Amino acid sequence: MSATIDTPAKTPRVGYFANPWRKPRFLQATTIGYLTWSLLPVLIAVAFSFNDGRSRSAWQGFSLRWWTADPTDSLLHDAALRAAMLQTFKLAIITVAVVVPLGTLFAIGIDRWHGRPARAANFTMLLSFVVPEIILGVSLYILFTNLLDGYVTLGTNAQILGLVSFQLSYPVIIVRARLLSIGPEYEEAAMDLGATPGRAIRRVLLPLLAPAILASVALVFADCVDDFVTVAALSGPASSETLAQKIYSAARSSPTPEVNAAATMMLISTLLVIAGGLLFYKRFNRGQDTGGASEFVQL
Amino acid sequence: MPEIAASTHAEVDAPRRRGKRRRGRAAEKQRTGVWYPRWYWPSFITPASISLLILFVLPFYVVFSVAFGSVDFDNFGIAVPYYAPWWWSFDTFNLTLSKFYVEGAIYQDPLIRTFEYVIAASAICLVLGYAVAYYTARFATKYKGLILILLVSPFWISYLMRIYAWQGLLDPDGPINWLLSPIGLGQTNWLEGKSITVILGLVYGYIPFMILPLYASLDRIQESMLEAGRDLGGNGRQTFWRVTLPLSRPAILAGIVIVTLPMFGDYYTNDLLGSTKTSMFGNLISVQKEAAGGSTRAASLVLLLSVIVMVPMLYYLRETKRQAEQA
Repeated sequence: MSATIDTPAKTPRVGYFANPWRKPRFLQATTIGYLTWSLLPVLIAVAFSFNDGRSRSAWQGFSLRWWTADPTDSLLHDAALRAAMLQTFKLAIITVAVVVPLGTLFAIGIDRWHGRPARAANFTMLLSFVVPEIILGVSLYILFTNLLDGYVTLGTNAQILGLVSFQLSYPVIIVRARLLSIGPEYEEAAMDLGATPGRAIRRVLLPLLAPAILASVALVFADCVDDFVTVAALSGPASSETLAQKIYSAARSSPTPEVNAAATMMLISTLLVIAGGLLFYKRFNRGQDTGGASEFVQL
Repeated sequence: MPEIAASTHAEVDAPRRRGKRRRGRAAEKQRTGVWYPRWYWPSFITPASISLLILFVLPFYVVFSVAFGSVDFDNFGIAVPYYAPWWWSFDTFNLTLSKFYVEGAIYQDPLIRTFEYVIAASAICLVLGYAVAYYTARFATKYKGLILILLVSPFWISYLMRIYAWQGLLDPDGPINWLLSPIGLGQTNWLEGKSITVILGLVYGYIPFMILPLYASLDRIQESMLEAGRDLGGNGRQTFWRVTLPLSRPAILAGIVIVTLPMFGDYYTNDLLGSTKTSMFGNLISVQKEAAGGSTRAASLVLLLSVIVMVPMLYYLRETKRQAEQA
């Protein structure tokens, strides 16, 4: 009687679908496919900025024609594009300089004062974060051409005010998140040791907030460089056109690889700023694992 | 330590009456040893609040004044805003509104199209985004960091450039048609106002906003929850439908709101990849904004769009507030 050891009567199903630990091949393929779909077109557009011909869909050999070589139509020599680049960075830098201090102060105030006006202000702030950009841009355009007609002229001034309005909520949200994770204890300790409230904020709280402030600088800068809707809605004379606007108008008429070069330039500058911000963030955050770059990921 | 706990309790439990703030401030002083002047924290909020008032609240007031104002027909149809609410008239606003529903209404098609495109695009975003987020959260092991960076990177590439890149690819003699020529679609002109192009363009533009909240939520689901589901007899599929999916529902809703809000206001995707045959609500606004004497119509359309997006916006704000309170 050797058949005492029972083997299950059911023969196990073999094959891919029977295995509970099977590799999720379908999901994996979807993810890889998605990532390719999402990034390859941009890489191709970057590559075509080095195209030798006028086409941005048929490859005609490598050249720096659209970057530096062409005496009139290259990024380096095209006065209009250079002006647009300058305007883009000007807007971004001024907006950062206005928005980050205002937003940081606001975040600290909201964190400490819970009165009704504070809650109303915070609600409005969040509303300005989620409202579609075209609503804000066109509303500001209507404001500047009607009630404030003659006080704010369309062009650089209006564009800066528009970007301020649109970007103010970003530092608020980032700094607020950091404040919540810090808690009031450090400041209290500083004041126990004899610091005045103002000094406690300057010497203790602000250094603790530095990573979040830096992250906001990088984010707001990158967003301003990339912004199209607000800037276009509030632009005045041709001299106030930014890179994004140039790309848009060229894309609607007869784009050449020069536009690809301009877009690549924009891409490089935002990526540099973000990478720099991330590096600093990591350095500041050394030794304390606060979820790494969650602020960068979230917005 | 007990002192702090007691004082926070006192703050929370303090009955709502006039003396409450005073008591709260006294508790604050007891806790920190510092008496803040009444104006101290409000002064932090003031500058940004003034900016909000002038650059966010005031514009909406002016939009109302223009939309409910009049038009000077002798002067190129320039807007004549009525700033006093008791003068507001709805004549010009109604004129704009009537273009949505009166027979032969020219705004009706873009309105319906906007809803169709937004619904289709956000549905694709959800299905595709969920798969990617789920894989990244559950199965991506060695390459998780890399995948996350790649998932985030579209945020740092200008939306305009990403759409512009597709314009080159979709050119009639571009790479996409070359790829599709074996199945007989090689001669398609994708850029002459095809719904599918614009919808996929919207998906392409906004899907990163869907993936990240989904990933964050799926990544937080603890393994033990899924094991419990399996222990109680569910197979993989049942565990997914009855544990994972319900747990990620808030993120699904948040993701849908986050992608639909900008889609409703989008006009440049269609400007670059579509034509007037595929124009959306945002295009109506941008066209009227540029047109001479279109300010009144643009203002009316902005008001209508604000009404459309109001519900998802308020929902999103309420959800984020609730999550902040839970955390």
